[in-house]
Amino acid sequence: MRIEVRDLSVRFGRNVAVDGPSFTLDGDKVYGLLGRNGAGKTTLLSVLAAFRRANAGTVRVDGEDPFEHPTLTRDICFVRDRVDAEDTDRVRRVLQRARDLRPYWDDAYAAKLTELFHLATDRKISALSRGMKSALAITVGLATRAPLTLFDEPFLGLDAPSRRVFYDELLADYLAHPRTVVLSTHLIDEIAPLFEEVIIIDRGRLMLHEETDALRSRGATVTGPAEAVDRFVGDMVVLSERRLGPTKSVTVMGSLGPEWRLAAQGLDLEIGPVGLQDLFVHLTREERP
Amino acid sequence: MSRGAVFDDRSPIYLQIAEKIKNDILSGALREDEQVMSTNQYAAFYRINPATAAKGFHELIDEGILYKRRGVGMFVAPDARERLRHDRRQRFFAEVVDPMLAEARVLGIPLGDVVRRIEERAGQEVDRT
Repeated sequence: MRIEVRDLSVRFGRNVAVDGPSFTLDGDKVYGLLGRNGAGKTTLLSVLAAFRRANAGTVRVDGEDPFEHPTLTRDICFVRDRVDAEDTDRVRRVLQRARDLRPYWDDAYAAKLTELFHLATDRKISALSRGMKSALAITVGLATRAPLTLFDEPFLGLDAPSRRVFYDELLADYLAHPRTVVLSTHLIDEIAPLFEEVIIIDRGRLMLHEETDALRSRGATVTGPAEAVDRFVGDMVVLSERRLGPTKSVTVMGSLGPEWRLAAQGLDLEIGPVGLQDLFVHLTREERP
Repeated sequence: MSRGAVFDDRSPIYLQIAEKIKNDILSGALREDEQVMSTNQYAAFYRINPATAAKGFHELIDEGILYKRRGVGMFVAPDARERLRHDRRQRFFAEVVDPMLAEARVLGIPLGDVVRRIEERAGQEVDRT
């Protein structure tokens, strides 16, 4: 599903949670929504999911406003790290309710997922551990097969092996049934290879929207004698710098291609990569040099 | 991610995919006219987005290393290995020999010592054949 966000604004009293981002997602891709805690990820996703209305700006899903849209909302699934259910409900009941509501629900797939996550369907919600609550939410999110599936840090309670199951199932089921998936997280390195595009928001604003693979070559570190580093870096955008005696290491924004590498070799400078997680940390720091 | 860790952050993953397949062709693990994995199989196995995998394969089709058979899949081009060897031979001196000589200079190893070592090795190779 195609998503268009224009000048979106959501306020809680005097606090501005979403501060005017505009972007378009063409759809049928897996998108990563990255941002620090409190950056506005959950609020943004809740507006896309039609869980809340924006104070200003517009959201269009396949050209229509999803808020209180009876048919469109059936096709949108919002997954958090727990399900909305009564404590006394059993897992089975939660799955049945999803089946009744969701047109693309796959019973067999839901059964397979409960098995993979070792989720006992006769348990009450109140008796589930935090990890099992996450596993149930993810099971509902995947088996719903909604054309627009929004995952809001769904795996916070999951241990590493269960996260691996989630990543593998997300990828396999997306390959078999292509749909639009937006997943928010700050555990970037683990899941980044699954994202086709990445959206970074910071303090409610859109900081960057780019193909993940392009982002991978967007940053570089330059290390060597301080003076040579300064001359080499010139007026590049510097994200951070560190010094150890006469040696200086600078993280810059910009892809340093072969000609830069060749120039660096002659100056005894070392050019290194910046991982996505590092790039994210640098881009969303409180203060920059 | 163990399988995901095959790729590093040094360069775009699609280029690393293309490089991996080239290495498989060079080593003979992938033979000429042999079918390669589909982008979806590749994506699932290495835990990467299928669009990224597809981009890597397209790169190889553009270079003429792979060719496509409609509705069947992608195959290794008949002259792929020879062409890759030719390319790699040209890069060998710039990427392997030149940095080695630069390192030798930093360490103060006379060029004569390096040449002598290479000649010794060359002698062993001759003995072996």
